[in-house]
Amino acid sequence: MSNSIRTFFLIIFLTIVASFIALPKKVPLNFTFWGREVTVPTFELKQGLDIQGGMQVVLQADMSQLPEADRATALISAQEIISRRINLYGINESVIQTSQYGNRYRLLVELPGVQDTDEALRLVGTTAELDFRLESQDSVTATQSAVAYLNTFQPTGLTGQQLKRAGVQFDPETNEPVISLEFNPEGTELFAKLTTDNTNKVMAIFIDGYPVALPKINTPILNGQAVLTGGFTLDQAKQLAVQLNAGALPVPITILEQRTIGASLGQESVQRSLRAGAIGVGLVIFFMIAYYGWQGALAALALVIYAILTVAAYKVIGVTLTLPGIAGLLLSIGMAVDSTILVFERMKEELRVGRPFNQAMELGFGRAWSSIKDANLATIMTALILINPLNFPFLNTSGLVRGFGITLLIGIGISLFTGIVVTRTLMRLFLKEKNQKMSKEKTNV
Amino acid sequence: MFDFMKYRWWYFGISLLVIIPGLVSLLLFGLRPAIDFTGGSLLEFKVGEATKKAMTAESLRSDLQPLYEVTTVQTSGVQQYLIRGKTIPNDTKNLALDVLRTEYGPMTELRFETVGPVLGRELLLKTVVAIVLAATLISLYVARQFKEVKYGVTAVLAMLHDSLVLLGVFSLLGWWAGVEVDILFVTALLTALSFSVHDTIVVYDRIREFKKLHPRLGLAEVINGAILQTLGRSLNNSLTIIIMLLSLVMLGGESIRWFAVALLVGAITGTYSSTFTAAPLLLSWDLVSQWWYQRKKAQRL
Repeated sequence: MSNSIRTFFLIIFLTIVASFIALPKKVPLNFTFWGREVTVPTFELKQGLDIQGGMQVVLQADMSQLPEADRATALISAQEIISRRINLYGINESVIQTSQYGNRYRLLVELPGVQDTDEALRLVGTTAELDFRLESQDSVTATQSAVAYLNTFQPTGLTGQQLKRAGVQFDPETNEPVISLEFNPEGTELFAKLTTDNTNKVMAIFIDGYPVALPKINTPILNGQAVLTGGFTLDQAKQLAVQLNAGALPVPITILEQRTIGASLGQESVQRSLRAGAIGVGLVIFFMIAYYGWQGALAALALVIYAILTVAAYKVIGVTLTLPGIAGLLLSIGMAVDSTILVFERMKEELRVGRPFNQAMELGFGRAWSSIKDANLATIMTALILINPLNFPFLNTSGLVRGFGITLLIGIGISLFTGIVVTRTLMRLFLKEKNQKMSKEKTNV
Repeated sequence: MFDFMKYRWWYFGISLLVIIPGLVSLLLFGLRPAIDFTGGSLLEFKVGEATKKAMTAESLRSDLQPLYEVTTVQTSGVQQYLIRGKTIPNDTKNLALDVLRTEYGPMTELRFETVGPVLGRELLLKTVVAIVLAATLISLYVARQFKEVKYGVTAVLAMLHDSLVLLGVFSLLGWWAGVEVDILFVTALLTALSFSVHDTIVVYDRIREFKKLHPRLGLAEVINGAILQTLGRSLNNSLTIIIMLLSLVMLGGESIRWFAVALLVGAITGTYSSTFTAAPLLLSWDLVSQWWYQRKKAQRL
């Protein structure tokens, strides 16, 4: 008994915490607790592209021009450049994934909330332009702003096309990470001339019109093997090398798939689906109470707790909610009642055999458990195939399918908890006494 | 006790009544694959209240003719149209919309999807892998769960029954109402597979338990008893799932309607098949193997 009370309070505590998390962000939660200002952290439910609108593009990188060894690097460079452009353009929460499967090199770009799809496609679909520019000595003054200073740089004619590759090396003397540049024969010649004529000047490297490095020429370099030093950390050096490679290893990009969803379409669908869900839950609760009476009311209470816990779990885990995900949520609510019904029906049987109520209840829970566990395992397996958590290339990676799989999986997990632990605790506490009274009345008669 | 098993030919008959038309439709018309699988494009737009001229499938098709080859035109809401056609790049789509704007008046683009044929083929392959993987894993699981072959095989047969029902229904829907089969349909199919075993496991568990409790009863009586005990639970549970899905089908958003329908069909056939297909199959298996055993014995004598 004391055990059930403890569990009961734990459930109540969990539900309260969860309902705070599940609350919409618009409800601010600031209160003073013993003179201290407390702000409850708010979680936001991430919305998928199909709900908030936006664009999803699958790009194919054509690697046929590049040697095998450089291809993986080139793909990462392309990813880096696209993400740089998107961030500069100001699209938040964009996702860019690379996928390499056999001889196919792909980029999956998700741009939530994009309005101007033509502009976005241009940002994503063009290859990086790298060029070397020289400062023009006569205009350097101490009072110049950084932007004005950068505007004085003049193109040299040396571009990414003459750069073979960039890499990270370590300076043998200082052991610091440095960036090595390797030019092709044409580039070597041009670079030798430029470095001879402009020793002690700054020769900046620009990508898409923005400077990424401002190295100074120390000595003429005649063999086409330059080294950029400058106190980089290893990460900085790696990132710079990736960006330089994007210019050095240009890969033509083609659009394989494009999906654009206007925001209004998704919002309307969400509202209608959520309303459908609310009506469905109402009907299920009505059915449970009508059919199972008091037990049904407790199961309905467990169902409400279930819904709160599930939404809270979505927010904490960071589930991206999609329209199929909402369908998965509603389906899992319907299934959540399943375990409870299994237990109730089992109990009824035990009662029919003539066992006392308490014993019937405990037996019902115990016996139903093995069926519930076994039966749900099949659904869990299917959900895992749909989610494809290990990113197997031979299985789907569609966001919509994953969205459904994840809500289904979370749904089963939490429904096992509410269906068994919560309902059982509630019944032990609230139905036991009523029953004891009943049995006492019986003995009095 | 009600003799469920006496009517088992009726249950098989009901199943065939659903499966045969579906199967015929599958063989004659197949399924209507969405652009997910075939590659192609889809453009949805909303036109203003006052259009310059009436918008019909024919007029749309002829207006866009050289630019964009349109295969189907559907209305997807009030003043809202959904057209499908060959794979086109974004620029062509913009040109097509410009043409439509000059012909019909202002309109807003709601959705544009274009899938290259390469991706479609890949997805098809991935889908096949997923279905095979799910079916194999579930069958292995069932085999481990029920060490006797007859339980495993009949549970898998029931699963096959449900897939056939779902595929057949969507083939008929595709032929009749132009419903397409997309990646979400496959998702629903996989979910239906797990529903199917879910219920079958509950029924079979009870059959084995009942058998242990009443070792003297014949298999028919055992199955009858087990079904009697699980039927209430099966129906009630399915009812809650059906309530949720039905409200989603009737009131939910347009874009997941057919996904919800597929889940609903899967839930219904999954419930039906565990009681009225898997259990009677188990009995038939037993009777056939008994008859086989008797015959062999007779031959030996």
